[in-house]
Amino acid sequence: MYKTVIGLEVHSELNTETKCFCSCKNHFGGEPNTHCCPVCTGMPGALPMLNQKAVEYAIKMGLAVGCKINKYSVFERKNYFYPDLPKAYQISQLEYPLCVGGGVEIEVEGKKKYIRLNRIHLEEDAGKLIHSNSGTLIDYNRGGVPLIEMVSEPDMSSPEEAVAFLQKLRSILLYLGISEAKMQEGNLRCDVNVSLHKEGEPLGTRSEMKNLNSFRAVTRAIKYEVLRQAEELNAGRKIVQETRRWDDNAGKSYSMRTKEDSQDYRYFPDPDILPIEVEQEYIDKIASTLPKLAGERAKQYVEKMGLTEKDAELLTQDRKIADYFETVVKSFNQPKFICNWILGEVFKKLNSLENDDAEIEINPENMAKLLKLYHSETIGQGTARQLLDELWGTDKNPEIIVKERGLAQVNDTAGLETILKKIMADNPKAVEELKAGNQKMMAFFVGQSMKATNGKANPKLVNEIVQKLIKL
Amino acid sequence: MNYLKMDLWQVREALKTGKITSVELTKLCFKRIKETSNLNTLISTCEEFALASAKAVDEARASGQKLGALAGIPIVIKDNINLTGTKTTCASKFLANFVSPYTATCAQKLVDAGAVIIGKANMDEFAMGSSNENSAFGVVRNPVNTDYVPGGSSGGSASSVASGQCFGALGTDTGGSIREPASFCGIVGLKPTYGRVSRYGVVAFASSLDQVGNLTRSVRDSAIMLGVIAGKDEHDMTSSSNAIPDYEKAITGSVKGLKIGIAKQFFNDKLNSEVRSSLDKAIQTYVDNGATKVEVDLPSLDTALAVYYILSSAEAASNLARFDGVKYGVQSKKFKDLVDLYFKSRTEGFGKEVKRRIMLGNYVLSSGYYDAFYRKAKRVQKVIRQEFEKAFEKCDIIVCPTTANPAFKIGEKSNDHLAMYLTDIFTVPINIAGLPALSMPCGKNSEGLPIGMQLIAPHWKETTLFNAGDFLEKALKEGK
Repeated sequence: MYKTVIGLEVHSELNTETKCFCSCKNHFGGEPNTHCCPVCTGMPGALPMLNQKAVEYAIKMGLAVGCKINKYSVFERKNYFYPDLPKAYQISQLEYPLCVGGGVEIEVEGKKKYIRLNRIHLEEDAGKLIHSNSGTLIDYNRGGVPLIEMVSEPDMSSPEEAVAFLQKLRSILLYLGISEAKMQEGNLRCDVNVSLHKEGEPLGTRSEMKNLNSFRAVTRAIKYEVLRQAEELNAGRKIVQETRRWDDNAGKSYSMRTKEDSQDYRYFPDPDILPIEVEQEYIDKIASTLPKLAGERAKQYVEKMGLTEKDAELLTQDRKIADYFETVVKSFNQPKFICNWILGEVFKKLNSLENDDAEIEINPENMAKLLKLYHSETIGQGTARQLLDELWGTDKNPEIIVKERGLAQVNDTAGLETILKKIMADNPKAVEELKAGNQKMMAFFVGQSMKATNGKANPKLVNEIVQKLIKL
Repeated sequence: MNYLKMDLWQVREALKTGKITSVELTKLCFKRIKETSNLNTLISTCEEFALASAKAVDEARASGQKLGALAGIPIVIKDNINLTGTKTTCASKFLANFVSPYTATCAQKLVDAGAVIIGKANMDEFAMGSSNENSAFGVVRNPVNTDYVPGGSSGGSASSVASGQCFGALGTDTGGSIREPASFCGIVGLKPTYGRVSRYGVVAFASSLDQVGNLTRSVRDSAIMLGVIAGKDEHDMTSSSNAIPDYEKAITGSVKGLKIGIAKQFFNDKLNSEVRSSLDKAIQTYVDNGATKVEVDLPSLDTALAVYYILSSAEAASNLARFDGVKYGVQSKKFKDLVDLYFKSRTEGFGKEVKRRIMLGNYVLSSGYYDAFYRKAKRVQKVIRQEFEKAFEKCDIIVCPTTANPAFKIGEKSNDHLAMYLTDIFTVPINIAGLPALSMPCGKNSEGLPIGMQLIAPHWKETTLFNAGDFLEKALKEGK
């Protein structure tokens, strides 16, 4: 059978204050063409000024994934005509990128694998075309926003590995705080190269897929492409080197252009931008500011908080989740309990939103209050789940809700005993069965006491009381 | 008193001492522009703006305020320099109606120094040409003899200064575009060191070679103008933060001990004999006044023109790609689809010479040819630079003709592109090496056409050019 070979080109917008080559604000959204100037709209005579911060961020990423930082690096012009590209060339890097080599470790189904990077370079984003009934409009707000392109070696062999690689890069970008890394807003994008070959034979011809806007799209597009290429090969046809566009609605990809009609970008060093020369001292300074990455944090969670390795890893993959977890722990020191809740209930909630970029929309203080109520058995699991939904996207205080609506569990032993005595008197048969050892009947008594207390009876307490009463 | 024949520094004194006001002077200039409209020097004028600036300077002067170096002096700028609210056409049909949304740094510096900008000068389209015949707004004429070309591409700037329409002009020089027209029109033209003057807001032809400079009637004027426009600009990464000396003070009146480099490559047998004898006389004047002559060698000089046409065309092809019919300028009315829009807009908007360079540029950058042309040209450029550096170990200044021949007749070379390109053979190497050079008149031929001498100095040594230039200028006037 065929072996699948996958390589990724991942683009990530950097969240610098200003654009890569001018002082316009780098903000997502905003009225069209309000964050632009003569430079980023390609007015005659305008010249680029390199944003130091963008260089610093690119080096940060390079250092975080073990790249060699090139002390001498050059911006080049990639020449092609398209309306979203106002100068008709993109300022990018080719021969002398900022970072080379490096790589990241991924884990799929318990198996660890090292994926090598070929390079990371800095470039500018293009504007955005908006197609309307009256014609095509152009918004240059995004034009000139700094991007890093991270190119992998063809080291992946399944869609799961490709997604794990992408998630790993996303995790690092978020940890470094250099990108919002949101797939849906388009500030994290990826092109996928796929080829098939037989064991022991040289690599096959590859196709490149564009327009992959979610982890799901990456998975589906690769699966589709692997099947398509296998069919071609099985039918004795050759794979054509081409660029394909993924249509997520149709679940198919289409050929955009083949190698024959691929563009000649006529790259050459941009004479408007002096080559970047970085000193070791500068690189060292950036290195000293790198935050703790996922692995280091996970290690700490295991050693200092007693979490399992697996849980710690899941919790630290996304910096925002890990930050959130730590904030909650600060006001409620029950790391294991909080961890279980986040990995269970909160993740379930996040997954239900079907958005790769979804975040926890309850402030950590309210979350801590909610968990304190749950942990102290003031509220039961059902109520806790219900409150998670209710608090989501609001600033409501769970303590007040519980008080106002009387959601606290009945923990009053004497009261519950009275209620249960009555239930037992009314259901002698059930009491007999329980006495005979049918533990299933316990559920009956819990259910009945819930009914009698509007669901507020503490089930643990009910259990204890019933056990006590039947022994009498 | 004919103020319009004065040098810039002289009229500066006249203004200072109240002999004339800036408004009066500005009005005289506009009158002169109308009288000499046959020269076709300007693409647009800004009379209202100019008179308002002149009035403001006069009022400031009357109230005793401190004034800038060019306060109240009428100046022309080349039409590839953006000035908010004015048309910046680059003498191209493509930008015939383009109004600048911002101001170039060099133009802003003029305004800040109190200069009165009176108009935008005609030029070869996108600064590509040596005769000012490639303009969508018509040929510019040489005021010395209107049958002749004024040179290019800053032909409008040169003709305007030479005909007394203004006291100085900005031009741009990529391969000789300031020095050649200055030489043809009998005035002074300065191409500063690459990086001395900001290029921000100046429509790019070949970014690594383009440099803004000035055209004036005297060397001292040139020094004054450079002092205003020079300097680091936070909008241009290639501009230099090198200190700006007082250029006017560099003029000492003595050339004692000056080592003048003579390279035989500039004095080959194709050199016009009248040009040669004028140059010989000028050099002898220096020697007679205490300078010494040193022989220097520039063996790769004859490769500079080839290097120039590869590098400048490559950069031009990329720089001019933004003129695509999408955002501004010509947008063809009858396009079928996107590609057709690009083809038709560019076909309609650009002139022949511009198209020729774009095709040449894209050719030398295309895959499979890049190494043979662009990369090789970059390597040869290094060699040429090193040869100049070596030459300057032995001398302070290199003297040579600006062009091998004086101005030619309008139409004479329009169909012989190679002959036209060869006009720049002595000026192009200076841009390739990024050096400063000054062209100044050093005589006339038998038909009365001016002969230009080119002074070349090491990087950042414009001071040497001004001192040596001013010395010869005075010597020629006094008939020394």
